[in-house]
Amino acid sequence: MFRTRLGVLAVSAVAFTLASCSGSDGASGDDVAVGVLHSLTGTMAISEITVRNAEMLAIEEINAAGGVLGKPIRAVVEDGASDPSTFAQKASKLIESDSVVTVFGGWTSASRKAMLPVFERTNNLLWYPVQFEGNECSANIMYSGAQPNQQALPALVWAIDQGYRNFFLVGSDYVYPRTANLILKKHIDAIGVKVAGESYVPLGGTDFSGVIAKIQQAKPDFIINTLNGDSNVAFFKQMQAAGLSPTTLPVMSFSIGEQEAQAMGTSLVEGSYAAWNYFQSLPGDANAAFIAAYKAKFGADAAITDPMVHAYLNVYAWKAAVEAADSFDPTEVRKAAVALGAFATPMGSVSFAPNQSLVQRAYIGKLKPDGQFEIISDSGKDIEPEPYDALAFPGKTCTL
Amino acid sequence: MDTSLFLNQVFNGASLASLYLLASLGLALSFGIMRVINMAHGEMLMLGGYLAYMTLLVVPGALGIVLALPVAFVGAAAMGGLIQSTVIRRLASRPLDTLLATWGVSLILQQGARDLFGAIGVEVRAPDWLAGSFAIGGLTVPSARLFIIGMAVLVLAALALLLLKSKVGLLTRAVNQDRMMASATGIDVKRVDFLVFCLGAGIAGIAGVMLALLGPVTPNVGQSYIVPAFLVVVMGGLGSIVGTTAAAVILGMFSALAQMFVDVSVAQMLLLVFVILFIQIRPQGVVTVKSRQLDA
Repeated sequence: MFRTRLGVLAVSAVAFTLASCSGSDGASGDDVAVGVLHSLTGTMAISEITVRNAEMLAIEEINAAGGVLGKPIRAVVEDGASDPSTFAQKASKLIESDSVVTVFGGWTSASRKAMLPVFERTNNLLWYPVQFEGNECSANIMYSGAQPNQQALPALVWAIDQGYRNFFLVGSDYVYPRTANLILKKHIDAIGVKVAGESYVPLGGTDFSGVIAKIQQAKPDFIINTLNGDSNVAFFKQMQAAGLSPTTLPVMSFSIGEQEAQAMGTSLVEGSYAAWNYFQSLPGDANAAFIAAYKAKFGADAAITDPMVHAYLNVYAWKAAVEAADSFDPTEVRKAAVALGAFATPMGSVSFAPNQSLVQRAYIGKLKPDGQFEIISDSGKDIEPEPYDALAFPGKTCTL
Repeated sequence: MDTSLFLNQVFNGASLASLYLLASLGLALSFGIMRVINMAHGEMLMLGGYLAYMTLLVVPGALGIVLALPVAFVGAAAMGGLIQSTVIRRLASRPLDTLLATWGVSLILQQGARDLFGAIGVEVRAPDWLAGSFAIGGLTVPSARLFIIGMAVLVLAALALLLLKSKVGLLTRAVNQDRMMASATGIDVKRVDFLVFCLGAGIAGIAGVMLALLGPVTPNVGQSYIVPAFLVVVMGGLGSIVGTTAAAVILGMFSALAQMFVDVSVAQMLLLVFVILFIQIRPQGVVTVKSRQLDA
């Protein structure tokens, strides 16, 4: 027993020494290490690989232009494998073994929730690029993707403006769809229209027979779809087989961008709606330049999506914040990031709010046969991010 | 209770049962003959899906999907034969090792598919005659699901014919009932093992084509059907084709009807609870395989 304890002591002492040697500052060498952590395999790979590509493009561009504070960026890429616990494990590996100064990563809320304790424990900083359900506010995460009031609620308001009154909610069974739908239901009730039904399938699930039978019975006039990953293909395929293509029964999706639509075959999803803060079809020189750079590197037929642009702007926002803070220290960087003010991105000028979420516009697009979205509605002004919906989570505020 | 929802779910249950049956017949066959649990069985489904995808690349349109069936059957059967002769045969007397080895094969095949076709799933476009649906009263019948039910019935009928009327079937039944006695009468037991394993893998290949009609083909598409397939085999009474069929119908219907009241994820949980309870009450499964074997 004594010997074992001694052993443990010795091991911890060695570990402690090693940790102090490598230090918390991954910028101590000739370059600065950052983590890139996405699902490169599994059900989420369809979406996350391109987000990784966008981050790598930004890193490459920054390195070509001289790096950050005179140091080139070294990206340490890890695979979260569509599995939350793998995300947590890899995040901890990136921070503690590779000594990265920050991490760009995540897609599903399950993966973010799994990584959150790691970032809080190590006081590191995660740049999260995807729209999500809100109801979370951590100083160790920069949330550039849309909060519910920047995507889901503008989409609902638009649908009601179009005259739709009876909503069916379909989602993957995890925290984002459940919370987003909770918020949507509160607003649907408050506005005085109807929820025809609500149905969930497991993440990656491909059997929609039961869901479709419920839709046929409930006879909604509009479907709000929060399915994630490969499940979308199965859903639209089986809906079409049941005679309910998006042109017959309109569908608004929150996780289908240009890339997903083209991967699943546009004939399946043509005419369906999506709500995002960015569409590839947005006008503007910055957007055209980004699209050209991405296509030059990853192929001329590559599709550009909202999370990719958020991922890309995250890297540039990090660079700007590091330079403003003149430090790689995560705490200094996040404080500098919210004080940056407006900066130019492919989606136009955006800024980080004090709650570390992005102030941005919302757009509604309708999918055309060529796999691009026609922008049919525009919030017209920048929307302040609200992590806690006033109806669903009354009394909660995000102060950092 | 809403009649049309109920009818639709009964139909969906039948189509789910057909998928379960096609996915589990091969497992039941190989277990019945060799007492071997093949963890790589799900990857035979995956292989069938990718073969359908490739067939449709070469021969697009209505003919492609019909052609994909024999291609997937032969391709998956060949892969099954390869696994049987290189891995399973050599570990025949060590069931636990087979379990681990076939699991390893399953991981290798998944990674192989990932490297060949990419982590992103591929899509098999159903021909027009399979993409639509028609209504009978309150019942909406998607053609693809009707096709799946038809295919399951066809495969089952062909299998029954093979087992009951052919020489190979006679030998298979003999080995199934008493392996040592069959061997003693001069039956080439190893050859029967090989043929039955190929046949089982081939049926899984056909199941893979059916899955491709409903969703995307991904490197881990087999994983989502392998657990229900194991449940069907366990509940059916290990190694019995009649039992497997009955269990596939019971579980398919249970799953579909449960979805009338709860979400899919809860239905899956209830399915597991149902099988556990069933096994408590009837450990031998739906159908008991009568055997004169003393050491069974």
